[in-house]
Amino acid sequence: MSNHWKFALVVLAGVFGVTTVHADGSGDPAVASSDNGKYTDKDGNPTYKISPDGTVDWYTYSGFRRYHSDCHVCHGPNGEGSSYAPALAESLKTLGYTDFVNIVTNGRKNVDAANDKVMPSFATNVNVMCFIDDIYVYLRARANNAIPGGRPPNHEDKPEAAKEAETSCTGIK
Amino acid sequence: MRKFLVVTTSVFGLLALQNIAARADADLDQRAKDPKQWVMQQGDDANTRFSKLNQINAANASKLQVAWTFSTGVLRGHEGGPLVVGDIMYVHAPFPNTVYALDLNHDGKILWRYEPRQDPNVIPIMCCDTVNRGVAYADGKIFLHQADTTLVALDAKTGAKVWSVMDGEAGKGQSGTDAPFVYKDKVLVGVSGGEFGVRGWVSAYNIKDGKLAWRGYSEGPDSDTLIDPAKTTSLGKPVGPNSSESTWQGDQWKIGGGATWGWYSYDPALNLVYYGSGNPSTWNPVQRPGDNRWSMSIWARDLDTGAVKWIYQMTPHDEWDFDGVNEMILTDQTIGGTPRKLLTHFDRNGFGYTLDRATGELLVAEKFDPVVNWATKVDMDKSSKTYGRPLVVDAYSTQHNGEDSNSKGICPAALGTKDEQPAAYSPDTQLFYVPTNHVCMDYEPYKVSYTAGQAYVGAAVAMYPPKGDTNMGNFIAWDGKTGKIVWSNKEEFSAWGGALATAGGVVFYGTLEGYLKAVDAKTGKELYKFKTPSGIIGNVMTYEHGGKQYVAVLSGVGGWAGIGLAAGLLQPENAAAWHDAVDQGKLPTKDKTVDTAGLGAVGGYAGLASYTSLGGTLTVFALPSQ
Repeated sequence: MSNHWKFALVVLAGVFGVTTVHADGSGDPAVASSDNGKYTDKDGNPTYKISPDGTVDWYTYSGFRRYHSDCHVCHGPNGEGSSYAPALAESLKTLGYTDFVNIVTNGRKNVDAANDKVMPSFATNVNVMCFIDDIYVYLRARANNAIPGGRPPNHEDKPEAAKEAETSCTGIK
Repeated sequence: MRKFLVVTTSVFGLLALQNIAARADADLDQRAKDPKQWVMQQGDDANTRFSKLNQINAANASKLQVAWTFSTGVLRGHEGGPLVVGDIMYVHAPFPNTVYALDLNHDGKILWRYEPRQDPNVIPIMCCDTVNRGVAYADGKIFLHQADTTLVALDAKTGAKVWSVMDGEAGKGQSGTDAPFVYKDKVLVGVSGGEFGVRGWVSAYNIKDGKLAWRGYSEGPDSDTLIDPAKTTSLGKPVGPNSSESTWQGDQWKIGGGATWGWYSYDPALNLVYYGSGNPSTWNPVQRPGDNRWSMSIWARDLDTGAVKWIYQMTPHDEWDFDGVNEMILTDQTIGGTPRKLLTHFDRNGFGYTLDRATGELLVAEKFDPVVNWATKVDMDKSSKTYGRPLVVDAYSTQHNGEDSNSKGICPAALGTKDEQPAAYSPDTQLFYVPTNHVCMDYEPYKVSYTAGQAYVGAAVAMYPPKGDTNMGNFIAWDGKTGKIVWSNKEEFSAWGGALATAGGVVFYGTLEGYLKAVDAKTGKELYKFKTPSGIIGNVMTYEHGGKQYVAVLSGVGGWAGIGLAAGLLQPENAAAWHDAVDQGKLPTKDKTVDTAGLGAVGGYAGLASYTSLGGTLTVFALPSQ
């Protein structure tokens, strides 16, 4: 058992990069403060929290789900891109939080002789806009290789604040 | 061109006594009977994708060579295939939906090209790539169903626009991906947008002037669906009043899905058009209680009026996105000593159905991939309350497991045991040749809200090969009379190219890596393969020109299959990483079983991107000259 534990810890260090310093489009993703299970970095941008045992915060988990419903049909599983939309796990290495929100809200067009890429505006889509921070922190974690692809098997409980925000934002009870 | 004139003249003579409307169909019928031409996407009205040409046969197919190639100039996923009408080949492309007329007498010289101007805002509402499944020909016109739902008729000789009509509204998530289908004096088109809360429909326009003849919806009041409560039957009984609306809560049917973008077929003797309707919206079943009719159904409509003769819902209250749009193949075979007019359909849900196409009687419903597990079987007991319904397994029921619950190991995945890639049927072997997917999934539904023109999905889906398998596809031969697999060839990736069967005893299909393969129709033995410039999701066709048989296919990877292109549908190493990190250490998890379904494939499976890249190319094959 003790060997198992040692092995697991080594793997965790490798997989989740707990000892490595990271920076993405929004800078250092390290958690600077938390509010009811929602984490932010030193600049106040939403960020992820991955515990050493692989447990992810609620919002990262929620982002995984939302991403794999509304985003992955174009951007591919795990933010890894498709034949017609960019890999967001890569994009967020340079794209900051504000840019991300701006593009999701307003859309983006790249149409010329070589490209016919069009990202729609999601401004009126509550399934996306009410969870934009969730999707962001999930992709931010992916951009920093803080989590592998696939479904996070362990997550923190859904905070009351998340339940309330979801109901009031989506209008779904 | 001389041949064209002669045929037209003789046909006109025969039809002088009939109404003018039927004339185009007779011309088309005549051409469809000529195996040298390939005048419909599916080869014939019955969807058999069978050619009587036999110059290429099982003995010489190994000698095939590339005769010529053509670039479409478009990178996205290329579905469908070219037509050959007389001495002209018509080739189409995905968005922007370019059409080329190539002169076969002059090495494929471009006679004309047509490129519509379309608002690029239609691109993101096409859920699974900007595919287009090809053009149709009739009455001296080429019909194109554009991404923005415009149906346009072009002069087949010049490419000049004859008429055009807008069938739907892209702003509401409605898009055009299916080929138009011409039967008699009408051209039919369906609609895409099942992931955008579109209420599906079929429109029939007059080929002469583009005037709408009728439109039948998949859901809603009987006046919209063109269902007659007393005359329309399902499994032999009249459906009764409000058969659709009564299976939805409130007015959910208005955003109920049931898209109609598959390959249609037509029986001229019965005057019935056959097609399938797709998944109900949203993907979250809990949010839409009821059977959600008539999504997921096989339809038989009268060509002249759109009236529904019979209908059969395969997957009531879908919980898996088992989109029922796949083609209906019409054959005449003998079952139990009785000659029957049959309809065979390979559904996304993994069951191969055979019905009597005159009455809608269900004859056979069997799994065409043994891993299918979401239902034990389709109830064939006529006295049973659940007659004709799949018997769903609770463990794989996303309705039963509920919202926010991840149902694991469901086979097949949402892309189905077969997606749109059409199967072929050979009357010589009496077998169907079916390109299939061999993929399973986890599916977690949750609540979503509808916004017009925005995705309306409501489930998180992860896909991977069945446990212990490394192949994600099979190419199978199927006996539709008994519902049994006769032979099965493994494919590393989903077999996403449409099949072609020939009188030469050779069956052709394309693979996602880009191989055009020729196999023996009797045994499945591989006779020939060639790697085309990109992955194949197009359909193989054949024609004869200058005394020589040619086989042609569009390559150009993309479509839903292309989503996995960058990294593979599943990254087994991801599951392995979570597994190592969490399960190996025996740490407690909220998910009691860490997802390891893909582990069997570690090392054996790599992303499609390692094999192929984008690019639309037509590759034409022939035997070497003597």
